[in-house]
Amino acid sequence: MISFSVNKMLHTSNGIIPLEVSFELKKGQFGTIYGNSGAGKTTILKILAGLVQPESGKINVGDKVWLDTASKFALPPQKRDIGIVFQDFALFPNKNVKNNLLFALPKGGNIAIVDELVDVMDLGNLQNRYPETLSGGQKQRVALARALVRKPRLLLLDEPLSALDMDMRSRLQDHILKVHQHYNLTTILVSHDLSEIFKMSDIIFVLDKGKISKQGSPLEVFANHNISSKFQFTGEVLKIEKEDIVFVVSVLISNNIVKVIATAEDVADLRTGDRVLVASKAFNPIIRKLSL
Amino acid sequence: MIDFQPLWLTFKLALVTTSVLLLLAIPLANWLSLSKGKFKAVIEAFISMPLVLPPSVLGFYFLIAFGPSHGFGKFLEQTFNLRLVFSFPGLVVASIIYSLPFMVHPIQSGMTALPDTLREASYTLGKSKIVTLFNVVIPNIKPALLTGIVLSFAHTIGEFGVVLMIGGNIPGETKVASIAIYDEVESLNYHSANVYAAILFAISFTILLVVYLFNNRYAITRKL
Repeated sequence: MISFSVNKMLHTSNGIIPLEVSFELKKGQFGTIYGNSGAGKTTILKILAGLVQPESGKINVGDKVWLDTASKFALPPQKRDIGIVFQDFALFPNKNVKNNLLFALPKGGNIAIVDELVDVMDLGNLQNRYPETLSGGQKQRVALARALVRKPRLLLLDEPLSALDMDMRSRLQDHILKVHQHYNLTTILVSHDLSEIFKMSDIIFVLDKGKISKQGSPLEVFANHNISSKFQFTGEVLKIEKEDIVFVVSVLISNNIVKVIATAEDVADLRTGDRVLVASKAFNPIIRKLSL
Repeated sequence: MIDFQPLWLTFKLALVTTSVLLLLAIPLANWLSLSKGKFKAVIEAFISMPLVLPPSVLGFYFLIAFGPSHGFGKFLEQTFNLRLVFSFPGLVVASIIYSLPFMVHPIQSGMTALPDTLREASYTLGKSKIVTLFNVVIPNIKPALLTGIVLSFAHTIGEFGVVLMIGGNIPGETKVASIAIYDEVESLNYHSANVYAAILFAISFTILLVVYLFNNRYAITRKL
């Protein structure tokens, strides 16, 4: 279990705001920190990694203390059992893919883990390529593999998918979920993509102006009340049109545009660009096997 | 007949100075690129002093400091039997301080321009600061290193005032090419002065040309 409780003054473009955050995460959970940019999401990850020192706070991971400002103790980043994937991936430009992974291998470490990760992350053809020649998705896979070489307990992901297109995103989300389960990791993701959060997280922490304003499962957090639904998707409102007495709302769900009938009351507080939950109760869907 | 000794001495001085500077500037620039303290500004100001001060001011203070009749110079002479005025070692020490900004500035800006996440990634992969410096930082600032090396080398070749003040004009010991030119002109040997001057001109131009060619090519391959 991870317990995190930290105070730090954040210097943002909106002036100085205090970051006062505490949360707990169980072993093996997939937690997501959600919030606007400048809310301190990345800082939380860096404090966890030991790269940024808070003014005061305490971090316990399992039975180990990583940080305790009261007794002036901070475990250096080198000794914390973490893997981190940065937003810009931070691949070493002077090393090819294979050497980026080998660099992470501790002295006397078993090289088999590198070969295994090359396999798991589908990097076989890329081993001799340099980072500057890789696409965003490829860099992301290399960064993820490199973060796992030391078999960390805790995996930290700082918006690793934000620069990728939909299709690539979805495939890499599967990769991340796969390694999360396969290596029995506790993972913390920073993200502001709702569909990603719904797909991946067990628990969400909503960060607003330096404080956690809500936490819970994705449904608890983003739908104001629990709906006993059979189908639910999140999407983005593209268009709201009035047709006779009803409204037709076009919603982008994944790569599909779905038209939903809504009443005037439903659309009253909807605007183009809003994130919405599309759910449907009691109806009988048609199910058919897809043949290629 | 032209005496080539001043030229050899110049290149020897530039080579020794540049080598020592490189070893000195890497840890210094690394500290400056990471430090956020107030003390940093003081150090930066001192490093940049040779850029704005007349060389004769530096030379004058070196002469006072290293002179065998005063404190520090006396101490060096009595303890290490080392005299830094009017000697080659003295020229080296003076050149190192005089060319320090030309080595430190490019390396420091190269290091500062490197994304923080590269260092941070290395730390979280369990690597110490030293391992990170040699495996991640230095290999990724090659153009900055080259610029620093070449500028320091070229700047040392071009020294005059400091060398004249602290080294004087001793053939084979402190008489470098820039001094020799002055000396020849004073004796109205324009031909010899011209030969020294032309050689320095050609070499300096070639060195700078090579750096800019290399750095432009590096920038292009980086973009591809």
